[in-house]
Amino acid sequence: MNNTVNITINGTPLQVAEGTTILNAAKMLNVHIPTLCHHDDLCVAGNCRICVVEVKGDKTLVASCATPVKEKMEILTNTQQIRQARKHILELLLTEHNINCIKCSKSNSCELQTLALEYRTDEELFLSLRRESNPDMSSYAIQKDSSKCIRCTRCVRTCAEIQGVNALTMSYKGMHTIMTTFLDKPMSEVVCTNCGQCINRCPTGALIERNYIEEVWDAIYDPSKHVVVQTAPAVRVALGERFALRPGHRVTGKMVAALRSMGFDSILDTDWSADLTIMEEGTELLSRLKKALVDGDASTALPMFTSCSPGWIKFIEHIYPDFLPNLSTCKSPQQMFGALAKTYYAEKKGIDPKNMISVSIMPCTAKKYEANRPEMRDSGFQDVDYVLTTRELASMIQQTGVNVNTLKAENYDSIMGASTGAAVIFGATGGVMEAAIRTAYEIVTGREVPFEKLNIIPVRGFEGIKEASLRLEKVKPEWDFLEGVELKVAIAHGLANARNLVQAIKDKKVEYHFVEIMACPGGCLGGGGQPIPTNVEIRTARMEAIYKEDEKMPIRKSHENPEIKAIYEEFLEEPNSHKSHKLLHTYYTERNRY
Amino acid sequence: MATQLKRTELIFKEYMDCNALMKNVMKMGRDAFIQELLDSGLKGRGGAGFPTGLKWKIVKETNSDVKYVVCNADEGEPGTFKDREILTKASDKVVWGMALAAYIVGAKEGFIYLRGEYKFLGTKLRIAIDRMENSIRALGINFKLELVFGAGAYICGEETSLLQSMAGHRGEPTNKPPFPVNWGYLGKPTVVNNVETFVNTMIIAEIGSAEYKKLGTKASQGSKLFSVSGDCCKEGVFELEMGMTVQEFVEEFGDGDTKAVQVGGASGFCVPRKEFANTIIGYEGIPTGGSMKVFNSSRSMYNILENYLVFFEEESCGQCTPCRVGTQQLLRGVRAVKRKEKPKSYLDELLKLANTMKYASKCGLGRSVGNAFKSIIENFREEIVY
Amino acid sequence: MSNSEEFINQLANKYGRKRESLMPILQEVVEQFYYLSDENMVNIAKELDISTADVYGTATFYSFLATERQGKYSIRVCQTIICDMKHKDDIIEAITEMLAIKPGETTPDGKFSLNFTNCLGWCHKGPAMLINDEYYTELTPEKVKDILLSYMKK
Repeated sequence: MNNTVNITINGTPLQVAEGTTILNAAKMLNVHIPTLCHHDDLCVAGNCRICVVEVKGDKTLVASCATPVKEKMEILTNTQQIRQARKHILELLLTEHNINCIKCSKSNSCELQTLALEYRTDEELFLSLRRESNPDMSSYAIQKDSSKCIRCTRCVRTCAEIQGVNALTMSYKGMHTIMTTFLDKPMSEVVCTNCGQCINRCPTGALIERNYIEEVWDAIYDPSKHVVVQTAPAVRVALGERFALRPGHRVTGKMVAALRSMGFDSILDTDWSADLTIMEEGTELLSRLKKALVDGDASTALPMFTSCSPGWIKFIEHIYPDFLPNLSTCKSPQQMFGALAKTYYAEKKGIDPKNMISVSIMPCTAKKYEANRPEMRDSGFQDVDYVLTTRELASMIQQTGVNVNTLKAENYDSIMGASTGAAVIFGATGGVMEAAIRTAYEIVTGREVPFEKLNIIPVRGFEGIKEASLRLEKVKPEWDFLEGVELKVAIAHGLANARNLVQAIKDKKVEYHFVEIMACPGGCLGGGGQPIPTNVEIRTARMEAIYKEDEKMPIRKSHENPEIKAIYEEFLEEPNSHKSHKLLHTYYTERNRY
Repeated sequence: MATQLKRTELIFKEYMDCNALMKNVMKMGRDAFIQELLDSGLKGRGGAGFPTGLKWKIVKETNSDVKYVVCNADEGEPGTFKDREILTKASDKVVWGMALAAYIVGAKEGFIYLRGEYKFLGTKLRIAIDRMENSIRALGINFKLELVFGAGAYICGEETSLLQSMAGHRGEPTNKPPFPVNWGYLGKPTVVNNVETFVNTMIIAEIGSAEYKKLGTKASQGSKLFSVSGDCCKEGVFELEMGMTVQEFVEEFGDGDTKAVQVGGASGFCVPRKEFANTIIGYEGIPTGGSMKVFNSSRSMYNILENYLVFFEEESCGQCTPCRVGTQQLLRGVRAVKRKEKPKSYLDELLKLANTMKYASKCGLGRSVGNAFKSIIENFREEIVY
Repeated sequence: MSNSEEFINQLANKYGRKRESLMPILQEVVEQFYYLSDENMVNIAKELDISTADVYGTATFYSFLATERQGKYSIRVCQTIICDMKHKDDIIEAITEMLAIKPGETTPDGKFSLNFTNCLGWCHKGPAMLINDEYYTELTPEKVKDILLSYMKK
């Protein structure tokens, strides 16, 4: 099946599989061809034309990203005509582009800027076609500035192919072609899930996160404020990339040290509330199963969907509102943390919650929106005041002059800082499911899950939709209704996969008890707030790091976290108690699908 | 001395027994007719000039349960109106040509993509379609032909763009490969041919490749419809053998004061008077979809160039950089030179840019913008600058 | 169901609910309502179960699928070279004088819109224009006035 063909690139012979693009073939010989519209995660567009090369015998240059190799192809990647074409293309893009680079947050990581530097486009060869910059600041999460758009359609393809949302489109044609939303509405008014995957794939600064860096610095420098910070599981395996470390290099302790040196008052961990989420969500699942199996309550919505991913929440509110009862009522770990920081933590530490500022560091842009939901104020205040992405945190650390690499690892503060291996795997697709099974299985049977080293391999990995089942046998007497039950679960990551899965459930083609969904490819480790670039190699490295982090933790099951046991004893009483319902659970809102 | 242009009368010839021709082809067999087409030398009449027999052969030999035949009636090239004339006067031959293609390649469904500007032709075309469908059913061939409309986008005349439009998308050209013959409408092998090409296949079925080959020259066989307009002694659609020189053409159609002829529309070439005698219209010279626009010495070549560039700036699909931005730069560039905001040497920069557009654009539109630009600038530089 | 919902529902029944049904549906909606209102685009998205952004992105690609209010009679005057040489400006001037609208505008009573368009394929009989689907060729200012008068009476 896998036929190979013989080609030459700049005279060097190469044997590659039929169907390989010229671009990928060149990579094998370490021949670099510049690209802009190409992205490893997306289908081929072939529209920026910067990657053109010469194929001997062809009348025109061809786009190397879009052209498969053929037997005896002789390819040249560096001729006068190619160089001229590439330089022209850059010049042309720059005549449309807002070149106020020094004021752009993508400066230094902008793919257009990098190429412009390489080609020394210092002279303005052609006439300016620039339009006024009028960034759309309507969204809490995503800032869109068309004056920086190069029409590569990476965002449009991301929103369609990876997320199945199609909130972005190209509109008009010819000189008027522009990336936009339905009727060019503000991002806050369209079917956008705030997932930020478009940001991760935008080569320029046309799509970036709304940043809250100055607000957070102001809080830190305000002596009357006690600033609490929480860090999400996936941040620790990606932050290092912004400090020249390879993807997957874990910097947990160094990150804590950096946060402390920046002046945060309490450095706490979202992993702690991830463990709490398992207790709440696991209990909710078991009680739904009881209602359905014992009480025969047909109104019990099953499967139960996880609710940790705010991009997924907004997606289901827009696209499948019929399924809102299936969503776990649990808040996400960020918001559980937020509600408890200004209640439990404030009480224990003797801090007036009025004077508390709660900051979270997230791999996510949708969390920015989530924190601003009106229902997320159960502490009596806005539960989480500011959400920073991994990228924003990196910028702030850079501003302090601290080199993360040379810092000595430090520990999180207590309380709300201790966590387990079950919590850190929340950062990878399948992680919430694995953590939940580790705990729920043990609650029901009194035994550890029957997997080597607790590693539930079937729910791991990057397959778009994963399924697994687990038979519950020899259960404890109080769970006898579950005896012999085959617990069926499914996991999807990336909203296009989620859409397929939910549609299959809706069409009754499949049946599950519990379904984990993460909006972003790979789960939070591939979140819209993570360092750029992203591709499957980088995401794999982060995933491996997450599972390593899990394995090195002394405690690997959420219900064994001592600080979790403590909060139930001292504050919440028990999972799904009246108090936890008030603080840790929420409700959802149907939104427009179209 | 005026040579007589070789006029032909095949496409608009009144009577053609399409039904009988179809029966003949069925008797002859699919492969034999494809051989006829190959022998005839027929190349696509839309302008790109791909051998029709080869196109049909590829689709016939591609394994697929579903195949389509599409008639490209999105005639939008400035100065071209011969397809409208065919669809008005010889629509039967078009729909039968499509049925013929469907029979040969094994397609059961076909579409005519008619430009929105020609919507008034719809009623008559539907009658022709019904007539053909009824007759062909009697021959035991199952072929359903549908009429669909464009909506004001020149680029949809590009075949991949047309297929995108038919599928309900923005009419943006897609990468080639894959070509429509392998991966066309809804991802199925698809024959896309111009209106005139389908008629020519019927003519070949009628007169045979040997007779057909006698028309035209060795490189450009058969006859061709020309849309003639501008400063002419007569305007309209004329059927001529291919291979004439522009000189011969001008002597027949010019007003006696012809300065330049634009061959092939806005995406074609501007031939100045001094080149008339040695420019052949055909595949050995300038291949064309048939647009012939004649300009006399009262015309400003600057105005003509500006008009073309406005056209391209609007009608570029806008997806690829060289074409979207290049068209805008060429237009603004010549205006700047005219207004003395840029030195006349700026035209040389623009020529280099036009060259990049030709080599680096994604589709035929961007690749051909430079044709008119270059030929007008090079031949009429003073008119652009002063 | 609103007017728009019902009409688009019928179109979807007629053409189907696949993506390839989008163009004919857009075209018939424009025929009926003269342009694609926001509401119409939302309803089309609903019927075909595609995103509104996709409907909008597709529609705006085509110059005959207006997303802004258009008159009942859409006048499109060819601006391409041969019609230009044959004095299309005089035709525009005559229309502007009579209807008091410039290219790109619609009369306040919603009856006429005036736009330029690219080559209509009537070069040999230019200047030419379309009013909706009807073509008018070899125009003179006088002829245009007669034509417009006949539409005003409609």
